[in-house]
Amino acid sequence: MTDNSKIKKVSTHISQNEGLIFEKSSPGKKAYRLAPLDVPEVDEKQALGKIARENLGNLPEVSEIEIIRHFTRLSTWNYAVDHGMYPLGSCTMKYNARVNEVVSRLDGLAGAHPYQPEQISQGSLQVLKTLSEQLVEICGMDAITLQPAAGAHGELTGILLMRAYLESKGNPRKKVLIPDSAHGTNPATAAMAGYEVENLKSNAAGMVDLPSLEAQMNEDVAGLMLTNPSTIGVFEQQIGKIAEILHSKGGLLYMDGANMNALVGKARPGDFGVDVMHLNLHKTFSTPHGGGGPGSGPVAVKKILEPFLPTPVVVEKNGKLALEYNRPRSIGRVRMFYGNFGMHIRALAYIMANGPDGLRLTTEDAVLNANYIRKKLEGVFDLPYSTPSMHEVVFSDKLQAKNGIKTGDIAKRLIDYGFHPYTVSFPMIVHGALMIEPTESESKEELDQFIEAMKAVAEEAETNPELIKNAPYNTRVSRMDETGAARKPILRWKP
Amino acid sequence: MRYLPKSPTDREQMLREIGVKSIDDLFAPIPKEYRLNRDLAIPRQMAESEIIEWFRARAAENGTGYSMFLGAGAYNHYRPVAIDALISRGEWFTAYTPYQPEIAQGTLQAIFEFQTMVCELTGMEVANASMYDGSTGAAEALMMAVRLTGRGHTVVARSVHPEYREVIATYIQHQHMPFTEVGFGSDGRVDLKALEAAITDDTACVLVQSPNFFGTIEDIAALAEIAHKRGALLVVSIAEALSLGIVKPPAEADIVSMETQSFGVPLSYGGPYAGVIATKEKFIRQIPGRLVGETTDRNGKRGYVLTLSTREQHIRREKATSNICTNQALIALMVNIYMTVYGREGLKELAKQNLAKAAYARQQFGKNAKVLFEGAPRFNEFVVQTNEDATGISRRLNEKKIIGGLPLKKFYPELGNASLWCCTELNTREQIDAAAKEVR
Amino acid sequence: MAYPAELKYTKEHEWIKIEGNTGTIGITDHAQNSLGDIVFVELPKVGSDITAGKSFGTVESVKAVSDLYAPMSGKIAEVNPELANAPEKVNTEPHSAWMVKVTLTNPAESSALLSAADYEKFVAEEQ
Repeated sequence: MTDNSKIKKVSTHISQNEGLIFEKSSPGKKAYRLAPLDVPEVDEKQALGKIARENLGNLPEVSEIEIIRHFTRLSTWNYAVDHGMYPLGSCTMKYNARVNEVVSRLDGLAGAHPYQPEQISQGSLQVLKTLSEQLVEICGMDAITLQPAAGAHGELTGILLMRAYLESKGNPRKKVLIPDSAHGTNPATAAMAGYEVENLKSNAAGMVDLPSLEAQMNEDVAGLMLTNPSTIGVFEQQIGKIAEILHSKGGLLYMDGANMNALVGKARPGDFGVDVMHLNLHKTFSTPHGGGGPGSGPVAVKKILEPFLPTPVVVEKNGKLALEYNRPRSIGRVRMFYGNFGMHIRALAYIMANGPDGLRLTTEDAVLNANYIRKKLEGVFDLPYSTPSMHEVVFSDKLQAKNGIKTGDIAKRLIDYGFHPYTVSFPMIVHGALMIEPTESESKEELDQFIEAMKAVAEEAETNPELIKNAPYNTRVSRMDETGAARKPILRWKP
Repeated sequence: MRYLPKSPTDREQMLREIGVKSIDDLFAPIPKEYRLNRDLAIPRQMAESEIIEWFRARAAENGTGYSMFLGAGAYNHYRPVAIDALISRGEWFTAYTPYQPEIAQGTLQAIFEFQTMVCELTGMEVANASMYDGSTGAAEALMMAVRLTGRGHTVVARSVHPEYREVIATYIQHQHMPFTEVGFGSDGRVDLKALEAAITDDTACVLVQSPNFFGTIEDIAALAEIAHKRGALLVVSIAEALSLGIVKPPAEADIVSMETQSFGVPLSYGGPYAGVIATKEKFIRQIPGRLVGETTDRNGKRGYVLTLSTREQHIRREKATSNICTNQALIALMVNIYMTVYGREGLKELAKQNLAKAAYARQQFGKNAKVLFEGAPRFNEFVVQTNEDATGISRRLNEKKIIGGLPLKKFYPELGNASLWCCTELNTREQIDAAAKEVR
Repeated sequence: MAYPAELKYTKEHEWIKIEGNTGTIGITDHAQNSLGDIVFVELPKVGSDITAGKSFGTVESVKAVSDLYAPMSGKIAEVNPELANAPEKVNTEPHSAWMVKVTLTNPAESSALLSAADYEKFVAEEQ
């Protein structure tokens, strides 16, 4: 059953078993040796008294070779972009260039302390300044902060900026409008910034419903959080009108830049009426996802919002770069120091490697790949919105659900075919969504293999649905008991 | 473009199969007036060698080869080479959030080990998969305490890192959560009398840092007693994780928020780092961020999954515990490897070295200047009061290839010329002697 | 599963058993079925007030959270202690795994509730 002539991309191979590191520990093993102490030793009991620690409990004691093997073995159980296509919609799993890793580890940069004096931080400040200028140009905005540590953190920063601006005009207002297709971070963010969330419905094309927007927009609404292209991969064709409706009532347009990779070099949010937006450097600008972070979520703004940016900002003083803290209208800090600097380096190296022509071609290839998949799988899977796709395409499991096969099942079977699944069950406006984002990093061969695999699974859904329901077969573990995990949580190892 | 795996022929063929004439047809949904019809005004494509050259020049502008006496929330510890050797595997750094456990057991098990080690270290029962950093983690811990108690007011010690306090102020400014700051006594610790006076029946929690910003270790048991007496929680923020190698964990606390940068994470001009929140098991439903739990697969084999995700934004939306989405998985992995390399004995040995270096430095600095806040235990940081302006000293030291302590005037004007110094295992006796000579 | 005739129902899929001025509240078989495996039930403290039509707690499956809506107003007299450790009871015995007992403050509210037959019809129409 598990062997299938249609599975061409992968073969099973030996994978090493490995327990928890604690299970390898035994007293006396060591993976370190410290340099000898060159100052007098201090007795901690004397120095600290009753707060001196007795021991470190169950922390492991292992040797270096065991550590190398442990984490190498564990790593082989992960799927990664380096293995193949990773079409998680909205996550933009693109290639992570190696040069980015090299430059971010250079001594003078990786070893720089955030509080070292400005005169010996000129290199770091130059990185921040250069990246800021280039991102501002790419977005068509006027100013930027690199401080937010992730996309959701950028959203919070952006909404706080919006609020500070409106407050300066006399009224912070009460509500933020959020389309029903939005990421969950949007409403969670608005709530953290003290706003009520009002849901805005999408029209039949999957875009903002203009009459609803017009009806819901009033002087109580601070603004709209809009993802463009939207989470179904569709460009808001009425974006100009949307901005106009908001602006006419004194509101602001916030753009969730999660899908900025569909626009870079082709269109600029600043040109179509966006007032404030965040970027996900780990999506559009190729900083590695790292198994779930670190990210980086710069926020770009129009002139009117600049006075409110978090402190400090990089400025030029007498031919030297400096950090400016004295900004009385600032919303304050959102993170200590200056943001995820290591990610800033990587994003800048990525932009340098591409240049204007490379960035444009990258965007074009991302859109080309998504449309190619759409064309090839249309009819095999239900396409709930026929609106043209940009960088990702959203199908539904409607055709397979007839046989009891849901999007989550198709995803699990796709694993056996050697692919990481697409995003499952999101966006919420599509029941049983399959959200596919190939990115520009896939060759035609890889895309063809993916398309073939998807077709093969669709066929199995017709001919042998039971096979799909129990997939995957060729992984280290089969489907996990998530209910049991949630009912009786075991969140740590105990001896 | 070297990252794109398609030939011009591939592109043409794909366009043909899609049924469009040119790539521009696919961008037709973008209204004409908004299309960019020029090159972005950024530098041309650069060769790999040019990119490396550019960043080398920036690194040189920062300067290298300085001896480092800065701490204050970012610590200069040695990083075992095993860390970068391991995290450079693509399976670690080019994977994403482990949504599909069958093909993400590596990341999941590593996070489970991380959660376990953080519990062992902090004396708490459960820990999450990480937060952005210590400053945002402290803000989130405070908000967690507000949810847990149903109270609104919070008390924050002034001896908490000033930038942490700024972040907290930003986070809670629109959440109807007033906060009161309490000062410190002559030993640098929280003024207990002032604290008692600041707590009201609406106080959700007291937030302290230990070792605090001045390097002084707080009396956690006494603080907990004062907070608990009034039904408030005690939140302990830890900026220097290595202190736990030698200092008793804050087991009396209800929530611990820790910055883990000390454990193998490069200084990297302030980020990326990783925070983590640890707490009691009974508070687990209010913890923000991702959690990994142990379970079994259909064949009874042990494995790990993301769990209790109903707390999170992608399900609970505006009612979520936080808007946080990703954690800092790769940084948490560095921290995990670091804790594994040093382990049960090494962290203690390392912490002892830090203690000894700082104690020696205090003696040496005490010869020409005044060391403040003596009389309470401390770990690897201390405050020195000088006659000369601290910024002036810093500039002079730079010329001798020394990065001196942090001038405190900006954060604590009442401390005059005081500066905050840190000594780790990497500071040699020679470096300490050279610096101490200049500080008066 | 049949809907017991001695219970009254809401369109939000809660049931209530009225005995004198005490109401016992749970969720219906239809509700548990559409939620899937229930992993956690969050309930109010004894002594707190609940209001008809307003949320008084939540019920969670692995990937969803649903609000619990009060069929009638009252003061919480008792919370089912069993559900803390055995939330699966809501799946296996929905009509006897009660969540809270309430001292009703407005018995007249019962007139707005559905009978078993009406509820069954409502569920059928909803699908």
